[in-house]
Amino acid sequence: MNLISPPAPHIHGGSRVSAMMLKVIVALIPAIIAYTWFFGWGLVINTAIAITTALASEALMLRLRRRRLAPFLGDGSAVLTAMLLAFSIPPLAPWWITVLGAAFALIVGKHLYGGLGYNPFNPAMVGYVMLLISFPREMTGWMPPHILDQLEIGFVDTLGMIFLNHFPYDLSLDALSSATPLDLVKTELGLNNTVSEITANNALFGDFAGTGWEWVGNWLLLGGVLLIYQRVITWHIPVAIIATLFVIGSFFFLADPDTYSSPLFHIFGGATLIGAFFIATDPVSASTTPKGRIVYGIGIGVLIYVIRTWGGYPDAVAFAVLLMNMAAPTIDYYTQPRVYGHPRGKS
Amino acid sequence: MRRLHQFKGGVVLKEHKKDSTRMPTQPARLPPSLIVPLKQHIGSAAEPVVAVGEKVLKGQLIARAGDTISAPLHAPSSGTVRAIADHPVPHPSGLPAPCIHIDTDGEERWRPRERNIFNFAELRPAELREIIREAGIVGLGGAGFPAWVKLDPQGRAVDTLILNGAECEPYITCDEILLRERALEVLAGLLMMRHAVQAKHCIIGIENNKPTAYRALVDEVRNTGADVEVVEVPTIYPTGSEKQLIQVLTGQEVPAGGLPIDIGIVCHNVGTAYAVYRAVELDQPLISRTVTIAGSVAHARNLEVLIGTPLAALIEECGGNRQALRRVIVGGPMMGIAVHSDAVPATKTTNCVLVESAMHDVPLPSRDVFSLPCIRCGHCAEACPINLLPQQLYWHARAQNFDRVQDYHLFDCIECGCCDYVCPSQIPLVSYYRHAKSKIWEQEEEKRRADRARQRHQFHELRLQREKQERAERHKKKRTAVAKGGDDKKAAIEAAMARVRAKKAAQDTAPKNTGNLTPEQQAKIDAVDAQRAKARQTAETTPADDDA
Repeated sequence: MNLISPPAPHIHGGSRVSAMMLKVIVALIPAIIAYTWFFGWGLVINTAIAITTALASEALMLRLRRRRLAPFLGDGSAVLTAMLLAFSIPPLAPWWITVLGAAFALIVGKHLYGGLGYNPFNPAMVGYVMLLISFPREMTGWMPPHILDQLEIGFVDTLGMIFLNHFPYDLSLDALSSATPLDLVKTELGLNNTVSEITANNALFGDFAGTGWEWVGNWLLLGGVLLIYQRVITWHIPVAIIATLFVIGSFFFLADPDTYSSPLFHIFGGATLIGAFFIATDPVSASTTPKGRIVYGIGIGVLIYVIRTWGGYPDAVAFAVLLMNMAAPTIDYYTQPRVYGHPRGKS
Repeated sequence: MRRLHQFKGGVVLKEHKKDSTRMPTQPARLPPSLIVPLKQHIGSAAEPVVAVGEKVLKGQLIARAGDTISAPLHAPSSGTVRAIADHPVPHPSGLPAPCIHIDTDGEERWRPRERNIFNFAELRPAELREIIREAGIVGLGGAGFPAWVKLDPQGRAVDTLILNGAECEPYITCDEILLRERALEVLAGLLMMRHAVQAKHCIIGIENNKPTAYRALVDEVRNTGADVEVVEVPTIYPTGSEKQLIQVLTGQEVPAGGLPIDIGIVCHNVGTAYAVYRAVELDQPLISRTVTIAGSVAHARNLEVLIGTPLAALIEECGGNRQALRRVIVGGPMMGIAVHSDAVPATKTTNCVLVESAMHDVPLPSRDVFSLPCIRCGHCAEACPINLLPQQLYWHARAQNFDRVQDYHLFDCIECGCCDYVCPSQIPLVSYYRHAKSKIWEQEEEKRRADRARQRHQFHELRLQREKQERAERHKKKRTAVAKGGDDKKAAIEAAMARVRAKKAAQDTAPKNTGNLTPEQQAKIDAVDAQRAKARQTAETTPADDDA
């Protein structure tokens, strides 16, 4: 008779990293559909390219590091990183941009630090920032909503644009692309126009943020709330980021509505919502204590507002997240919760 | 109605409690031999007071308590002491430990009754504690801490005595069935304990998944008019942990490193209350307890089990297939010990025998063997009922960073297993904490030993130095003495030497035994001497011959 005698506990709740990642991926899908509706097939194609590259890079690094392939390739983290990266790349960016970004995210951002669980920075944002700094032209070629529909450019044409740099109707990327609402506000404010002058009668601006972007934002918000409900993430980080943006945004907006955009514009514009729910909440690189998560979220919110308003970039989610990633271990150390039976006011 | 509080975290588990509560408790079959481990609890082992071959009666003292934290043992049945030898015991190490082996005679003859107590309220608390101590009663809920120690407030006022009937681990129903069947006896035991600690209030806490047990108790409290509060608490693991139950019922926290008595609370298990009742009212020491046998057995149920009964006998009695056993857990699935052999005996703290067969007919979803790295999701911290940061503890325990792991309050961990249960990376977190704890204890022990050794060494050095100094002084003294009286001594030595020389010379020249020679002998000797002299002369003249 051979009894096995493993240590307690003898049961497990069945939670798995792959299941968590899958839930995040599923929560992202409504926003991807909305994005495709407004901006065409580019995101879908980029996502496919990014996932393929990410899995290949991960497999390569696992092989080089002599790790088991199956459990790590199947954990879903590389797929999620790829999807978040693809979301932050302009939909008509050439294929090699996406390949470079995904490979850099996985190889440098993740595996050179030790792979799953050991990367201090969010790998998708590492890849994105590398691309933004290295290839600013390709990385700022955003489009106004529905332009591809109007031109009747479909899936196959989009494939041609991305892979072969082959644009129909003798168009070019420059001709198709335009500034994002955040870009526009920043540039025009620099020219001493007021916010109401900028947004009035401009099709780029919707009810409270950019047309199209606000809808993508709504679906991201829904996906994020679903993740909180499913206890994949906690409310602390997204609420802290959004609340901070709202408070600071309101303060400046109320003080001077001509110079400062509305808080809703900050929340629903740019990458705020995907950042708050899907990127800043990446557990590996975020703060982990409840109080720490709030501090971390406030930090990201402040940095987003400061960089957007006074910094050199129109959007700032990636920089804000990466900067707060650096601070996360220190934040965690100083925000330890009070342990049962220990006096209040001391950790 | 008492306002209940909440402890942080915890997990909701599938209960699996229905199966084993269908049949009433009945005594387990008497096994041919009982194996009673000498150490069944925290503290020191008991010392045997019976000899091999001695006949013992049921309830007779067979081992007396060791040091302060210890409990005596009694023969669970009548029979003969076959051996006092090592045997596997329910311990995670799987190492055998000394046990008293008793061959039962099947007669179940009790020792004569030693005392009759008609009204425990007339006893002084100390006397009551003494009865409980002599009955060998330990906490039947968990670690088996000797009950009388916890019943001795040592002069401190006890505000609330809490009786723990939460029983939060899945599968275990021994407390539930005891409350259903013996509510009155448990209540009587509780009142005895209350008298021992002179508690102002009494609360019995029961998880709200045992309505029958709750009603039984409420009925008995109403019938007897006892001033006892019966409270249903939410079913969240680990409500049955002492610290958590105290928090839920009173909103107070046991200070870190302290005991419930520090906040005026004493907490005991319902099974312990029943044992106290039996000891005081029936003069029966703790020789049996209710045990749940659950899992891969045909008839999951509760049995009244004699201490020392091999688990194999219990599993067979409940229709388990011994050949197909894969895992036998003593205790619950969250904190129980998976034993290395089913020959281990039931002890005073065995509340459940959870059987898993190789057929996997019982869902015990185990952790994956391969764990992924920690992704710092923090689910462990959300589940921790102590509000620790398990993933930080894990990080530092893994790095063997034992100072840092204590900064994160490793020793506040109650090893309930919640963090482990929710971990998506399937990391055996509790094992890391246990390992770190034992390493730290080891290091502390080593440090103590090293300190002692260093002290010994320093003392040794000191002694050597002192001896050297003393020797040097002695020599110096001698030398001066020799220098002062040197002439006398020299003369004495010279005289002695001269005497020896003279004696030697005399011996050389004078042959021995020459006193009583006959003339013929004398003549012969003379002749020989003459010849010798002649030979010596020749030899001296021709020395070269010798060289040839």
